[in-house]
Amino acid sequence: MKKNNDDFFDDSFEILDESLINNSEQNADIPIRRKRITEENAPDIEPEKPITQKKKKFNRYILNQTILFAFLFLGMIGYLVYFEYKDADEVINNNYNKRQAILDKSVYRGEIRASNGEVLAKSITNADGSKTRIYPYGDLFAHAVGYNCNGKAGLELSANFKLLTSNANLLLQIKDDLFGDQHPGDSVITTLDVNLQNSAYSAIGNNKGAIIAIDPSTGRILTMVSKPDFDPNTIESDWDYIVNEEGNTCLLNRATNGLYPPGSTFKLFTLLEYIHEHPNDYSNYTFDCSGTLTRGEYSIDCYNRNVHGHESLMDSFAYSCNSSFANIGLSLDMNKYKHLCKDLLFNSELPFSMTYSKSDFKLNEKSSTFEIMQTVIGQGKTQITPLHLSLVASALANNGVLMRPYMIDHVENVDGKVVKQYEPEKSKTLFSEEDAKKLSEFMGAVVSYGTGTKLQSSAYTAYGKTGTAQFDSGDNSHSLFMGYAENGSKKLAICVVMEDMPAGSTWAVPAAREVFDTYFAS
Amino acid sequence: MTAILTAIAKYALILLIVFYTYCSFVVLRGKKINLNMAAIRLQSAIMYTIHFIAYTIIFINVKEKKIIVLYLAQVLYFSITKGIFLLMYRKKLSRALLNNMYMLLCIGFIMLTRLSYENAYKQFIIVTATTIMCFFIPFLIKILRNLPYLTWIYCIAGIIMLGVVLVVGRITYGAKISINLGFFAFQPSEFVKILYVLFLAAFLSKSQSFKRIVISGIFAGMHVIILVFSSDLGSALIFFVVYVAMLYVATGQLRWVGCGFAGGTVASLIAYKLFSHVRIRVLAFRDPWSVIDNEGYQVAQSLFAIGTGSWLGMGLYKGLPTSIPVVTQDFIFSAIAEELGGFFAIALILICLSTFLIFIKISMLHTGLFYKLVAFGMAVTYTVQTVLTIGGAIKFIPSTGVTLPLVSYGGSSVLCTLITFAIIQGICISIPAQPEIDKNDSEEEGSDDEEE
Repeated sequence: MKKNNDDFFDDSFEILDESLINNSEQNADIPIRRKRITEENAPDIEPEKPITQKKKKFNRYILNQTILFAFLFLGMIGYLVYFEYKDADEVINNNYNKRQAILDKSVYRGEIRASNGEVLAKSITNADGSKTRIYPYGDLFAHAVGYNCNGKAGLELSANFKLLTSNANLLLQIKDDLFGDQHPGDSVITTLDVNLQNSAYSAIGNNKGAIIAIDPSTGRILTMVSKPDFDPNTIESDWDYIVNEEGNTCLLNRATNGLYPPGSTFKLFTLLEYIHEHPNDYSNYTFDCSGTLTRGEYSIDCYNRNVHGHESLMDSFAYSCNSSFANIGLSLDMNKYKHLCKDLLFNSELPFSMTYSKSDFKLNEKSSTFEIMQTVIGQGKTQITPLHLSLVASALANNGVLMRPYMIDHVENVDGKVVKQYEPEKSKTLFSEEDAKKLSEFMGAVVSYGTGTKLQSSAYTAYGKTGTAQFDSGDNSHSLFMGYAENGSKKLAICVVMEDMPAGSTWAVPAAREVFDTYFAS
Repeated sequence: MTAILTAIAKYALILLIVFYTYCSFVVLRGKKINLNMAAIRLQSAIMYTIHFIAYTIIFINVKEKKIIVLYLAQVLYFSITKGIFLLMYRKKLSRALLNNMYMLLCIGFIMLTRLSYENAYKQFIIVTATTIMCFFIPFLIKILRNLPYLTWIYCIAGIIMLGVVLVVGRITYGAKISINLGFFAFQPSEFVKILYVLFLAAFLSKSQSFKRIVISGIFAGMHVIILVFSSDLGSALIFFVVYVAMLYVATGQLRWVGCGFAGGTVASLIAYKLFSHVRIRVLAFRDPWSVIDNEGYQVAQSLFAIGTGSWLGMGLYKGLPTSIPVVTQDFIFSAIAEELGGFFAIALILICLSTFLIFIKISMLHTGLFYKLVAFGMAVTYTVQTVLTIGGAIKFIPSTGVTLPLVSYGGSSVLCTLITFAIIQGICISIPAQPEIDKNDSEEEGSDDEEE
């Protein structure tokens, strides 16, 4: 340290001796030798090679790392560019983004169109400069397209920021900015089919219910109808009346958010569990139906107390025999059954980006005999959405593979240039190919000689399961159908629910037929 | 009218900052400091123009007199302090670095005034006071020849300051990092960043024997560990990277870098297991959307801001940057990207890069190993801090809660960054004039390049 203090008064600076550095590891204890170069006479001293080399060496190490750090900066820029270019539109389309009101001022809300280009929603400017949202098809797409006020719903909600983002070319945006005009928002082109939507709409008629139809090989949602509905053109003025009227549920999208007892459609799940537990001999199952099954103090009746007599497993499914299925259900391993239902999307999230309700399955090992007997035939406490049932049908139609259901085909800018194209995407394998094939066979039997014979057609082959779900002590019940139809590679999966229908007919089946007929006629 | 002016201003600001950025790379060229005077003067003019345009927009949106007062005070600050620097140190200062310092401060002033006048005012007072102090730093660096030998003073002072924080510091955002001094909460870890670089430079410039490397590791490790126990993991990470980087320059041995990174990986895994707020940050990084109500809220809001702003930005006062928690500090970058646009934000990153490169250039031009290491260490400190802030805001890396130097609000941060810049200027003016060696150098480096 003493020597250091001497240096302080000297107008000099130091450079370490090269030779010392080279040996420093071996001779760590040798005192440090220094070369002293005064600033004034520095040029006089012969510039020693080792010094420059040493300096150069340090500089090389500095340079190496500088390149590394510079790449960190460039990496960040690259990531930011990627984010702005690729992810941003997707990311900002989120209800937690509070910039909606701001964008509403600077962007002219884009259009929503059907798959063939029909305008389902557009904004027009009134004489006083205010804007009105117009829905040319009125009630027809009420739930699918939704509304753009009072919290929004449907596509107006889920594609909100897409409609409020302008990907018009930059020059046009600059021009609009400078003239104080609004940027034209992007348009959303849906997967919805006007023709099919019309047939589903008329199939439900004046009843309450929902129909959702999906192309199984892509996951495109072609039709989504829910009744009762509303006119989105007048929803703003009707709002108070609707929300205050007791029992008015017209704002509920039954297709995605309606929770129903699955009725006999649930026998599909029971059947699959039975096949899994008896992989080799399930076809040997027989049952003698006397119209009712009694276990202890509880009994389960077949529909209308029909006596189905001696029947195989396939017959039990095709005729939808409650007694036989209660009998099957009591033999099942409840733990495995519960897991099967979980795998088939009960009590879990659906791969769907819009709002929906989660389906509910409540059985476990501790459940009572009566609860089991009720649940396996689709009564009990189980609740399911039409969306969920349609996804199961869609997977069965697609060799067990569920394609992610989607309703936006692409987003385009004001000039019609595609900004974002949504491609079909595999969501999950719900069934093994073998299981899908077996279940389809059973569902085929329902149409060929069971409860769904009204679906026999020369234009397509249909597969499905009917359901009748009691929801109170009255005579009326919900009528359900889930299944699919195919003709070559053309397929359509469907779920129909009709609420509160009088006894005596499987109401959902002809409704499904109407949609199938329309689809396969075109 | 306001809307149209704001729109025009938006494009003007983007164009100007792009020109500025271009100049900031032009001035880097050449083997000497201050070669391209035309670009340097243009930079200065652009800065004043950006400052004027932005404050005009702020004024027509707010319509308060105090904005004009603040604007004029800032103009005076820029011109007078810059004049004094140039007067005191002639042409030997790095003018490019001086320009970048004022440009970054200017962007910070603009954004802070838009976000919170109170913060902007406070920041301006601290910046002015610190700058006056900084007038003398380059002079001191040049004349204090014993700076390389105060090794243990730097080290012990640093460890004591960090220790005091650990003991008496109060909790802010899950990390014990500040001591309240009345006017502002002082964060010693910011100041220790300077002492720490000085310590490592002094220690590693003497000799690079195995024994000394081990000792340096122990003391560097002490700093890092105290910071970890203070839960200030952003600073701990900066200290760690700075150590590894400086060690590599001093020894040139990649195995130390290897050891460093192996140790760093193990340490971060332990930190992940040990500290809940590390896990929260990582969770918020990996999938902010699944935890948007709590842990992911901040990052999600930041991404909304950047994404909604898109390339051209919403324009000043046209966005909603105040929806991001702690926007004036950790997430000022997102506010800039939202209102001034993605292009402006990219230009800002490039200005930070050019600042880093000026540090490096000064480090490489100086022949004394101590000064070389100080400049390099400070360059790395600056870079890591910048990358942590911006990277955290754009979800490039988990957010660590550090500030963007000179731009973010924060008394200690801006104070210590200004001192850092002044120290670098001090090293710059003490670069010895060695025309012959320089000549040799350039020839050799030229041939070197060919070999590579």
